[in-house]
Amino acid sequence: MSFLATSDKLAHWNGLLANFGYLVSVILFILAIMRMGRVKTARSGNTMAAVAMLLAVVSSFVEMGQIDPTWIIVGLVIGSAVGAIMAKRVQMTQMPEMVALLNGFGGLSSTFVGLATYFSLAEAGRRGTLGAMMEQAGQGGWFGGINLGLTIIVGSVTFTGSMIAFLKLSEKMSGKPILLPGRHVLNGLLLIVPLALAVGTVWFVSAPWLIATMLIAATLLTFALGVTLVIPIGGGDMPVVISLLNSYSGIAGALAGFTIGEPVLVVSGSLVGASGIILTMIMCKAMNRSLANVIFGGFGATDSAAGGGGKSEYKNVKSADAETAAMLMADAQSMIIVPGYGMAVAQAQHAIRELAKILEAKGCNVRYAVHPVAGRMPGHMNVLLAEANVPYEQLFEMDQINEDFKNTDVVLVIGANDTVNPAAKTDKTSPLYGMPVLNVEEAKAVFTIKRSLGSGFAGVKNELFECPNNYMVYGDARKVVEEVIKALKEA
Amino acid sequence: MDVGMILMQVYVFVLACFAGYQLISKVPPTLHTPLMSGSNAISGITILGAMLAAKVGTGSPFGVSTIIGMLAVALATINVVGGFMVTNRMMGMFKSKG
Repeated sequence: MSFLATSDKLAHWNGLLANFGYLVSVILFILAIMRMGRVKTARSGNTMAAVAMLLAVVSSFVEMGQIDPTWIIVGLVIGSAVGAIMAKRVQMTQMPEMVALLNGFGGLSSTFVGLATYFSLAEAGRRGTLGAMMEQAGQGGWFGGINLGLTIIVGSVTFTGSMIAFLKLSEKMSGKPILLPGRHVLNGLLLIVPLALAVGTVWFVSAPWLIATMLIAATLLTFALGVTLVIPIGGGDMPVVISLLNSYSGIAGALAGFTIGEPVLVVSGSLVGASGIILTMIMCKAMNRSLANVIFGGFGATDSAAGGGGKSEYKNVKSADAETAAMLMADAQSMIIVPGYGMAVAQAQHAIRELAKILEAKGCNVRYAVHPVAGRMPGHMNVLLAEANVPYEQLFEMDQINEDFKNTDVVLVIGANDTVNPAAKTDKTSPLYGMPVLNVEEAKAVFTIKRSLGSGFAGVKNELFECPNNYMVYGDARKVVEEVIKALKEA
Repeated sequence: MDVGMILMQVYVFVLACFAGYQLISKVPPTLHTPLMSGSNAISGITILGAMLAAKVGTGSPFGVSTIIGMLAVALATINVVGGFMVTNRMMGMFKSKG
């Protein structure tokens, strides 16, 4: 009796202390996200979020009290080691893949939390439907049960969807859209059947083996759904997909919070869910497309070939060599550099920074114009340029700088294509029509560094290349910039 | 299940979504990538659910749930540790002119 009384009291104090810890960690998470929104406070915001996470984990240990933590510690040690190694080794150009991979792990973790929560109820001797089991365990009855199913579903879609995104981004798989016949019907079935299975476990099925089988079947089917949802989406739409999957991982966390009845998970999960949705919307707006169009469109596979000017030949294209470009740049008073995914592929950011330094020493005002969907994830170009020590004050958003192109001597387009295509403004038959683009053609001279005249991601002819003030400089982005630097130094 | 409890949880969810929307809607594009990897690390909060599943103790015997829970802890920790560390690395690169 006395032992029970003590452990009850201990449990009481545990719970009180732990919940205070959770409350502080929720406050810290909110403040951290607030700080992460400003350049000057962003780093401390990230540290604050890490502290909040640590506090939440410690509080959880306090709440659990006297348990055998061996397996928890095993997981923590393995995870910390793998995570730390990944974070140290990754190159900045690989950030989109890294985020996709981590996001996938988060999703799979949620799936496992859902499954393990069921198994621990069964192992603790709870019987009946999943709803009844959750009720006996004081974990929210049918509400907890439904959320357990949803945690598994959203977590699994996040996992395989992120893995496909990872494979596409790291070019282990073709970035081209893969369109399955009848994919909308297939996707619908892969969503409805797992939902039905989840509902079945909560109210209608009470044999433990059958509940387990149904939950595992739901997991496998939604694994397939993640794959079929992401394979039709082309490489250039990845900024939208990554943002959306990021949001899903947050939602999975919030659902897991409903399942175990823990508000910290609900709050932090929904914060992440909301941030992912906002980024998704920003990316869609920057491409003048709806979210539905990105997800269901299979853009760049079939539609664009039918668009105006899609396959026509280029006429009157001027080209120049690096020396000519260097000569014009040497006399320029102002230059705007427009980076795109090609800059990341060629790892040209350091060479660009060096070129900018040389021109700045000659009194040229060098700025960078970053289109919202340049690269493969939101803010991709900014990170790469920051890596090359470009001060962030020199980086401008499209709206801030678009009026300045007409007063600019030289524009250097490096690895960008669809985001500088004037056809988006003028050609109503172009698939890009309506997408906000950078007005590079208004500058006195434009140099476009490109390997060849091949089309961009959207498979659309770029009218910029035929503009009288545009000069193509053919070659690898980094090599060309290095040649320009050499010519400038020799001059 | 007490309907009041469900309602409370839904309130928390809705309010947190609003807070998130307000906090993030004005973030400059320069910070989009770090924000994404940082918030990604925060979504590793599922680690708390994973820990509950992986614990062994009174009323929670060792079993399949422990092993799946351990895997969930490991995966969530990769997400958390990798996410915060790489975000920190990125943020360290953002430099001003001065």
